[in-house]
Amino acid sequence: MSGSKQLVVIGNGMAGVAFVEQLLKHRLRYEITIFGDETHVNYNRILLSSVLAGEKSIEEIELNGLEWYQKNGIRLQLGVRIVKIDPQGKTVEGEDGSRTRFDKLVIATGSSAVVPPIPGCEKDGVSVFRTLDDTRWMMQRAASGVRAIVIGGGLLGLEAARGLQLRGADVTVLHLAAGLMERQLDLTAGAYLRAKIEALGIRVRTSCATKEICGDGRVEAVRLENGELLAADMVVIAAGIRPNAEIAKQAGLAVNRGIIVDDRMRTSHPDIYAVGECVEHDGQTFGLVAPLIEQGKVLASVLAGNAEVAFRTSITATKLKIMGVDVFSAGLTEAKAGCEEVRFEDPALGIYKKLVLKNNRLAGVILAGDASDSHRYMEWLREGTDLTAKRRQLLFPDPAPDHGASIAQMPDSETVCGCMGVTKGAIIAAIHERGICTMSQLKECTRASTGCGSCSHACESLLKAVAPGFEEEGKKTICKCFPFSYDQLRDIARSQQLRSVQQIIEIYGNGQGCEICKPALSYMVDMLWCGEHEEDRSARFINDRVHANIQNDGSFSVVPRIRGGVTSPAELRRIADVAEKYNVRMVKITGSQRIDLLGVKKADLPKIWADLGMPSGQAYTKGVRMVKTCVGTTFCRFGTQDSIAAGVELERRLENLFTPHKLKMAAVGCPRNCAEATVKDIGLVGNEGSWQVVVGGAAGKTVRRADLLVTVETTQQAIEAAELFFQYYRENANYLERTYDFVERVGIEKIRRDTVYAPENVRRAILDRLRKSKAIARDAWLERDEPAHPTQFIQIEPMPQPLPAAAP
Amino acid sequence: MHKKHWIAIGPTTHIPVREGRAVRVGTREIAIFNLGGRFVAIDNQCPHKGGPLCDGIVAGTAVVCPLHGWKIDLAAGNVVKPEVPVCVETFRTRVDENGIVFVERPSRELALEDGEVAA
Ligand code: SRM
Ligand SMILES: Cc1cc2nc3c(=O)[nH]c(=O)nc-3n(C[C@H](O)[C@H](O)[C@H](O)COP(=O)(O)OP(=O)(O)OC[C@H]3O[C@@H](n4cnc5c(N)ncnc54)[C@H](O)[C@@H]3O)c2cc1C
Ligand code: SF4
Ligand code: FES
Repeated sequence: MSGSKQLVVIGNGMAGVAFVEQLLKHRLRYEITIFGDETHVNYNRILLSSVLAGEKSIEEIELNGLEWYQKNGIRLQLGVRIVKIDPQGKTVEGEDGSRTRFDKLVIATGSSAVVPPIPGCEKDGVSVFRTLDDTRWMMQRAASGVRAIVIGGGLLGLEAARGLQLRGADVTVLHLAAGLMERQLDLTAGAYLRAKIEALGIRVRTSCATKEICGDGRVEAVRLENGELLAADMVVIAAGIRPNAEIAKQAGLAVNRGIIVDDRMRTSHPDIYAVGECVEHDGQTFGLVAPLIEQGKVLASVLAGNAEVAFRTSITATKLKIMGVDVFSAGLTEAKAGCEEVRFEDPALGIYKKLVLKNNRLAGVILAGDASDSHRYMEWLREGTDLTAKRRQLLFPDPAPDHGASIAQMPDSETVCGCMGVTKGAIIAAIHERGICTMSQLKECTRASTGCGSCSHACESLLKAVAPGFEEEGKKTICKCFPFSYDQLRDIARSQQLRSVQQIIEIYGNGQGCEICKPALSYMVDMLWCGEHEEDRSARFINDRVHANIQNDGSFSVVPRIRGGVTSPAELRRIADVAEKYNVRMVKITGSQRIDLLGVKKADLPKIWADLGMPSGQAYTKGVRMVKTCVGTTFCRFGTQDSIAAGVELERRLENLFTPHKLKMAAVGCPRNCAEATVKDIGLVGNEGSWQVVVGGAAGKTVRRADLLVTVETTQQAIEAAELFFQYYRENANYLERTYDFVERVGIEKIRRDTVYAPENVRRAILDRLRKSKAIARDAWLERDEPAHPTQFIQIEPMPQPLPAAAP
Repeated sequence: MHKKHWIAIGPTTHIPVREGRAVRVGTREIAIFNLGGRFVAIDNQCPHKGGPLCDGIVAGTAVVCPLHGWKIDLAAGNVVKPEVPVCVETFRTRVDENGIVFVERPSRELALEDGEVAA
């Protein structure tokens, strides 16, 4: 061995490895050995909740890959538990019998979950929530219909409960104290949180003590102190943590609740140090990463010979990581003597904010329902800002136009990533000096956003604003309101039987929704449940609330259905009469072989539809537009197929249905293609004795020749092939994906195998689902007689004003 | 005095949850939204090109204009997306014990109603 000194780290977790990363920056000549009793490389423990919730994969939360250890010459001993420290002989002893000498030892053993002395905790089906293996176990067990009980309603317990529930389990949280997260929240905030959690479909019992976990070898139920028995298939205990200080104690080091360290992270032995949740500093133990990362920095600096540094406990903040449930807390939770409280409450919106002030400086903050200002409060807390001048705007800042602007206003010294302690200035410097332009580069280089991840938006805004070559990356979510893609949400909605848009937004999203996800989800629930969904007009674009296309001046256009483009003198007369009666601004032949009445007032829509007596042409929606036809064998000297009859029949079969994007079709009597069938979403191209069914064509923003789906003999077969493709597209495309993109993405070969060449029973099933949807599809214009809401088409007029006496 | 400030619009049930409706008050058109237990009112004209905000999709406490997607905060009236320093006028609302929604009379209208000049 070289002359380098031996540095041994016990514990391959967040604090230990963060310390080693810092140490490497100082380029000291240490030979480093890390022991870790888990069998994984260092991962982000904080994000186990996100893995459980399905928002992140296990690979995504890895912090240091094996290459990192190799590249930095670190000996990694995975799966080896250190059972003994010999401070005199300066060795550590592994469970495997190995003995390793050290010059300096760093204990970073973290903490363990506390298992309360409840009889039955050893039974199969009971677990704590601390490690990746615990998480894997929970992911395997939790499934639809499984009854899960979580003991403990703190941060960890609630995140566990949510994760289990997202996997389909039926979850109850049992909490000993009167309020949830009582160590970080006051009772009022606890009640707000409880309402939110219950709204997600999780049962909560507070002031509830568990007496026993029952079952014959395996969990069957949980008995409460009051004798009540709750059936359970699995139990997760999240009742707090205890520092892993046992080996230090046995080695004779000073230990109280944790391993006692001084300001320089030194234990009672001069060559043994400790960082992380296993330590106790100044009478305090730790449960959040931010101070632990700070400890690592201090220790690295100490080992580098820096005499000045000292660890100081700073104020830490807790943020619940459940999408849509905003809870934030830092500092004091209750006003003590000499403090005052400032509060805001809006029960209807579920918002509660409380500030504890002392001498006009912030001493504590609790936010429930809206934690968007947490940054500002943390800064006030850390800096001890004098708030005298701000007394009037404590709870309501001047609205920052958006994050981009608020990040611009932020001073360089302000902390962006609280977990890793990275300032705005440090991020900007890294961007300029290292040419960073993606989030992963930023994470790698500065470690910002590798903790709880709540600053990722801020980091991204900074990157966007400062990095010239900013590149967006990461997995595609449906929009900013959800951590899931459209595909994932569809699976969730199907398996969880979610039938309303608002429900999905509240349970799986941010509780608000936006103009992107709402229409997409509206389509999704409609398609999934074939009408057995809860129709929510507020989630639809205005076109789909009033069944007409909105125009640049706020008026609407009316395009009645003219199947196959075939009309009659009587119909034309009626259209003409209507156009005159309602003073329609323009009558126009559209590019889809039908007629458009443009410039109609919203209030006139129902009357016009009634006078026309024609069904909606769905020209305003993501649905079946039209089937264009050519004259075919009926008139044309080259005609080989009756394209008019085929087109009209196809339109009848599919009209009034909705699709991921608009869907246009055409049927032509021969390959001369006069109605442009080869550039439509679905086209029927007639030949002597056969039809070609083509799909995925386009002649809009781009031009794409449709792919041949199948060649068949009869018109019936052609229509059936078209229907198979139509329903397949409805069920499998992403919202707003036209067939030309869908066919390219999936590939025509696969589409053929899954539709026209699929086994008989599969084809039947597809067609059955289509028939089911069709059976309940209605002409939307019938809402002229039965409006979805009394004021659907109405411009409200103020009421006759009440008499002065009755006036408010 | 109060009478002049508050205009009765109609029963709360006339505005479905998370939707808006336009109401004409004198020469102005006001969009009133039902945010579920809370009513907010803003000028119905989008500051971009005059789109009817009452027809927009509600996203939390903001509305998205149906024409080109500008996003306007319903409480403060400021444009949230894109970043432009423009505001829409907002009006206070209240619901009385009979479930009638009232909106505060726009100041410009008030001047007219006060009538000294108009009369
Ligand atoms: C009225 C009409 C133009 C006309 O006067 O002929 C029309 C009007 C509009 N088209 Fe179109 N398209 C019309 C035929 C077409 C055609 C021709 C056809 O259907 O054979 C095409 C090319 C085929 C196609 O769909 O790809 C066409 C390709 C588009 C596109 C580009 C689609 C693409 O992905 O390439 C858009 C934009 C979009 O959908 O994103 C569009 C969007 C629009 C919208 C709806 C824009 C909007 O969102 O407001 C226009 C509504 C104007 C209004 O105020 O009412 N319109 N549009 C035609 C109505 C057809 C009908 O009876 O339903
Ligand atoms: C589900 C969950 C969610 C969390 N959410 C947040 C959050 O949102 N924000 C936040 O700030 N914090 C959060 N935390 C806490 C955060 O993860 C911890 O503060 C942090 O991981 C502690 O780091 P550590 O290195 O001290 O301990 P650990 O990460 O636990 O690392 C210690 C390692 O040492 C190993 N070890 C122990 N004894 C031995 C031995 N004798 N020999 C060898 N190896 C040993 C352990 O197995 C472990 O791998 C969360 C924790 C969990 C479990
Ligand atoms: S496509 Fe064929 S049948 Fe149709 S009009 Fe042209 S030539 Fe005639
Ligand atoms: S008019 Fe409102 S966004 Fe253009």
